[in-house]
Amino acid sequence: MLILIAKRIGFMVMTMVAVSILLFLVLEISPGSVATKVLGQYASDEQKNIWLEQHGYFEPLWYRYGVWAGNFMTGELGVSHRFKVPVGDIMWPRLWNTAVLGFWTFALIIPASLILGVLAGMREGSKLDRAISITSVLTTSIPEFASAVFLSAIFVFGLKWLPGTSGMINGFDPTQLILPVMVLFLYDFGYVARMTRASMAEVMTTPYIRTAILKGLPYRQVIVKHALRNALIAPFTVIMLQLNWLLSGVIVVEFFFAYKGFGALLLEASLNQDIFVIEACAMVAVFVAVATQTIADIGYTYLNPRIRFS
Amino acid sequence: MTDIAKTPSSSTGAALRSIALLRESWIGMLGAGLILFWVLVALFAPLLAPHDPLAILQPFAKPGTLHAASGTTLWLGADNLGRDILSRIIWGSRTVLIYAPLATGCAYVVGIIMGLAAGYHRGWWDTVLSRIGDIILSFPVLVLYIIVIATFGASGFNIVIAITFASAPGIMRIVRGLALDLRNRDYVAASQTRGETSFYIMMVEILPNARGPLIVDACVRLGYVIITIGVLGFLGLGLPPPNPDWGGMVNEARGMAMIFPHMTLIPCAAISSLVLGFNLLADGLREVSLRD
Amino acid sequence: MADRNDTHDTPVLEIEDLCVSYFTRAGEIPAVIDFSLSLMPGESVGLVGESGCGKSTVAMAIMRYLGGNGGIVDGTVRFKGQDMAALSAAELRALRGSQIAMVYQEPMAALNPALTIGTQLAEVPVTHADASADEAYDQAVEMLRDVELPDPERVMAAYPHQISGGQQQRVVIAMALLGRPALLLLDEPTTALDVTVEAGIVTLIAELSRKYGTALLYISHNLGLMLEVCDRIGVMYSGEMVESGDIDAIFEQPRHPYTLGLLGCVPLPHADKNERPLTAIPGQLPLPHERPQGCNFGPRCPSFEQGVCGIQSIAMEAVPSDGGAPHTVRCARWQVVEPVCALPEGDYRPPSAFGETVLEVDGMQKYYTVRDTSLRAFVTGKTVRYVKANEDLSFKAREGETVAIVGESGCGKSTVARVLMGLETATSGAVRFQDSDVGGLLAHDRSPAQLGALQMIFQNPNETLNPSLTIGAQIGRVIRKFGIERDTSRVRSRVQKLLEMVKLPSEFASRKPRQLSGGQKQRVAIARAFAGNPAAVIADEPISALDVSVAAAVTELIMDIQRDHKTTLLFISHDLSAVRYLADRVVVMYLGRVMEQGTTDEVFSPPYHPYTEALLSAVPIADTTVEKRRIVLEGVLPSSLNPPKGCPFSTRCQRRLGAICDNEPPPVQFHADKHAIACHIPMDELQDVEPVITVKVRLAS
Repeated sequence: MLILIAKRIGFMVMTMVAVSILLFLVLEISPGSVATKVLGQYASDEQKNIWLEQHGYFEPLWYRYGVWAGNFMTGELGVSHRFKVPVGDIMWPRLWNTAVLGFWTFALIIPASLILGVLAGMREGSKLDRAISITSVLTTSIPEFASAVFLSAIFVFGLKWLPGTSGMINGFDPTQLILPVMVLFLYDFGYVARMTRASMAEVMTTPYIRTAILKGLPYRQVIVKHALRNALIAPFTVIMLQLNWLLSGVIVVEFFFAYKGFGALLLEASLNQDIFVIEACAMVAVFVAVATQTIADIGYTYLNPRIRFS
Repeated sequence: MTDIAKTPSSSTGAALRSIALLRESWIGMLGAGLILFWVLVALFAPLLAPHDPLAILQPFAKPGTLHAASGTTLWLGADNLGRDILSRIIWGSRTVLIYAPLATGCAYVVGIIMGLAAGYHRGWWDTVLSRIGDIILSFPVLVLYIIVIATFGASGFNIVIAITFASAPGIMRIVRGLALDLRNRDYVAASQTRGETSFYIMMVEILPNARGPLIVDACVRLGYVIITIGVLGFLGLGLPPPNPDWGGMVNEARGMAMIFPHMTLIPCAAISSLVLGFNLLADGLREVSLRD
Repeated sequence: MADRNDTHDTPVLEIEDLCVSYFTRAGEIPAVIDFSLSLMPGESVGLVGESGCGKSTVAMAIMRYLGGNGGIVDGTVRFKGQDMAALSAAELRALRGSQIAMVYQEPMAALNPALTIGTQLAEVPVTHADASADEAYDQAVEMLRDVELPDPERVMAAYPHQISGGQQQRVVIAMALLGRPALLLLDEPTTALDVTVEAGIVTLIAELSRKYGTALLYISHNLGLMLEVCDRIGVMYSGEMVESGDIDAIFEQPRHPYTLGLLGCVPLPHADKNERPLTAIPGQLPLPHERPQGCNFGPRCPSFEQGVCGIQSIAMEAVPSDGGAPHTVRCARWQVVEPVCALPEGDYRPPSAFGETVLEVDGMQKYYTVRDTSLRAFVTGKTVRYVKANEDLSFKAREGETVAIVGESGCGKSTVARVLMGLETATSGAVRFQDSDVGGLLAHDRSPAQLGALQMIFQNPNETLNPSLTIGAQIGRVIRKFGIERDTSRVRSRVQKLLEMVKLPSEFASRKPRQLSGGQKQRVAIARAFAGNPAAVIADEPISALDVSVAAAVTELIMDIQRDHKTTLLFISHDLSAVRYLADRVVVMYLGRVMEQGTTDEVFSPPYHPYTEALLSAVPIADTTVEKRRIVLEGVLPSSLNPPKGCPFSTRCQRRLGAICDNEPPPVQFHADKHAIACHIPMDELQDVEPVITVKVRLAS
């Protein structure tokens, strides 16, 4: 178990290094284009050269990567040329906003999709199962920007219950959080629910469930004690990996509702070629993704005695 | 119930029969119908579209407005530049139905080759390919697309490349899993003992028997790719305007949704119905393939 | 247990005219038709039949557990006089697991992988006897002791995957008996286990059922096992009981042609191919929705007469019997059917002569490397370990000879096949085939002639053929690959010839594997193996996945082709009866080593290696004239990662001498000329034992 954790963490570090190299190569392989991005289209070659000289861009590639990676680890993320402030100053608050959005989304997705998935999978082919399955196909088929449009049309323009943007200009306003959370919830919950359902349905057909029933156990105990323990192992991993999807979804939703979050920052930076912000955001996003994957892997091993004791 | 005589069914050889059996799943039929509808629309776009999708007719026309100059009704209205939304939706279906299958197809070719190599050869091949796959998959997808497209520019070609790059590892994982299972079948051992090449074994003994799950996955993945293309368009990273592109249409009309909701609602409905078609088809195929 | 005595003369179980159907999209499929059975307290009754005959459905119908699409259509099931159909869900639940319990075929699958064994056992007393957690724990430990599991406390804390298959089945039995059931249903309880383990389980069940007065309903396809464990037996075919009666009556005076046919299909460990050829039942089991009119067995029956048998369904009739349970049979012509296994007398085949040595394995060793990633291995530095699959293996096979490699699972017999076929290379030692050493050559390094000359028949008929290609394409590919024919039309005609050789119609060439039954697929696999005119064929458990009647036909087919082509056959099997039946020479393996080898007669009679002796004693024999000495092995198979230092069998040996067996590898001793036994016990002591199997002279009837 300890070795496994060490291995997973080692792999995580390796992935981060690989990703950082990849990212560095894509964005900074040609110093000229970096200078153009930082100084703008209309900077003269002389200006660019001075800037490159100052920032050590005439050193060999591997050396530059070393310095870059070293700065990264010490929290030196560079300066955003668009906002003219250190990247950290804008990124961390944005990340916090996104965490708030993500927290509420997960707080809804986890119970809803697990409960619905288990109920559907418990009696495969029942009316409830059919209804849940069809609902989840429908909601996962609607892209986030489309459900944002639909929900806005209903709740903002039609019923006029909710604000249409979530800029939070006058401080934190929970009502502005409702629509973004709803959109993310609708798109993601179906997937988790379907996974849970599939896992539960599979467990329900196993011989050990038959054993439990023919032992004369009450149905409730068969489900809670025998089925759930096995059926929830797979969804656990799926939920953890959902964070990866959520990071993508967040970009669309924050853009649509003008929510000042991390996804919107990354998008803006990309559209404006704000290179150091892109790098920092991408590294943070990958770190979150890889970290959750690592936790998911370790958790899976812990939950599954067949792997834990072998 | 080990005792009940079952017709011996191979888990994977069912793909073609599934399509024949699909008639028995109304969900699958509904999905196939939706897809067929859009395919026909795309095929006959020049005949069906009442106007040139780029022609400027009557800005901000609401659905059902009579366009005086041509004497036609703008059934779905016009956008802020006055272009006929119906025609743009019809032509837009072409964009989506060309790029989504193209990108998915490319991703499948790459993913299958990687997956077969990793799953059949195992060992060193497997370690290297799987690690590469894991690294790519650890990127949140959209972050990857945004970086790639923001760096290399928005064009159809770049979109296809980006989607291939991001989806191939997922396909590789599935193919690898199937290959790892199938390579232990006795018929693979039989072909090894008659000295077949690895290429023959992968292409004839393994791949055809993995097609069932792959077809289902391809449907689901097509749905995702359509969403992705839509999202890229919506974020302004899609095909450069003025090409009619559903995601792009939503993006352009976003600011005016409050006053002219039809400009956003209609393309959203179009894209959702097409994705729904693929997801329902996948569900139907899955249901049918599990049945016997 | 007082109430049980009151009910001593009412049957525990009474089934009358039971009909069970499954409802599928294709309509109603009757799985069990018109089935009656009664079971007295403490009695042991068997249901025997091939797959698809409905025997497991009967068990599930008794439990009223038929899944979403199955149901009892007609008839009654009474438990202790009470109609099961009238029970409420709560009453049914109270009965399941306490009054009626069940033991399943796959013990690993029957136990919940995520809960400890203790949790799963303790549930039973807690649910049914309102026991407290402590009481339940104590009862569970007690019961584990009863099923003779060593160290019950440790087992209680273990998860199912941490103990062996035999131990898992003991746990399942303990779980079933914890409720002190009046009726125990055993659905193929030992099919997934090795024979020596099976012998232990069977003895245990018999002892415990006596101790607790439990009535047993045994369900199995294994006729020999039935004879050992049952008082009465019912034979099922295609959803119907076709014959029932006292075990001896059925085995000695079978009346139904199907029963007769089944008995004629079973190889016996005291008779070989030359004395007693198997007689397969022609044709195959009809699918449930394609059952013929009249007698279901009609199309396959040698005594079939259209006017009598093919019109309406046949009723059970009583056969006069001398005392004991009533003997009934579902045959309209039972009076005409000869009640003795009619062995074709004139079919005695002279043993064939053997030619030159074709295949010689000399000191072969095969190790697999395993990387140990546990913390302990990391600390001790032993991160690489070896699975010693084969150790110092030597044997020869001559032209036209059948050499059997026999042993239980994990003995390394399949590894031999993989090395010989070039799917793996030997770690050391030589494999000489037709005068060249192929032990170090993988298949793709061998010449087409070498490949074609050594081919293989695999175990699992459902995996042996590529589901995507037609039969003709698959056989044709082999013909081309080995350079037998190249021209398309000649390849086609060669395919036809091969299909004819394995007695399949020529239109099968254009069929896909899924359109074939298991036996037919195995025939195609045989045709494929013989396509390149091989000098030697390796058959790895070719019949063990087939039903008895089909297996007999396939066995005969392999032997006929082998005889015609003078092929050397290497027959790898766990089934001693089959080995005795068709092998000329036998190699007995245990944990990667050869324990004993010699001619079939030599191995099957004293002197025995103690392991061979135990194996022979464990084989269930479907013959009432046979008497066996019982030897039940203790302990579990050691891991081949860490085999015992001395004799590999020393940990379980019933004749272990002492420390010498544990510490020193046994010497190979020779008896007669070539009969080799690897054992520390002196040869004269080994020789001084009774034969395990003796045949009583059948009284003239």
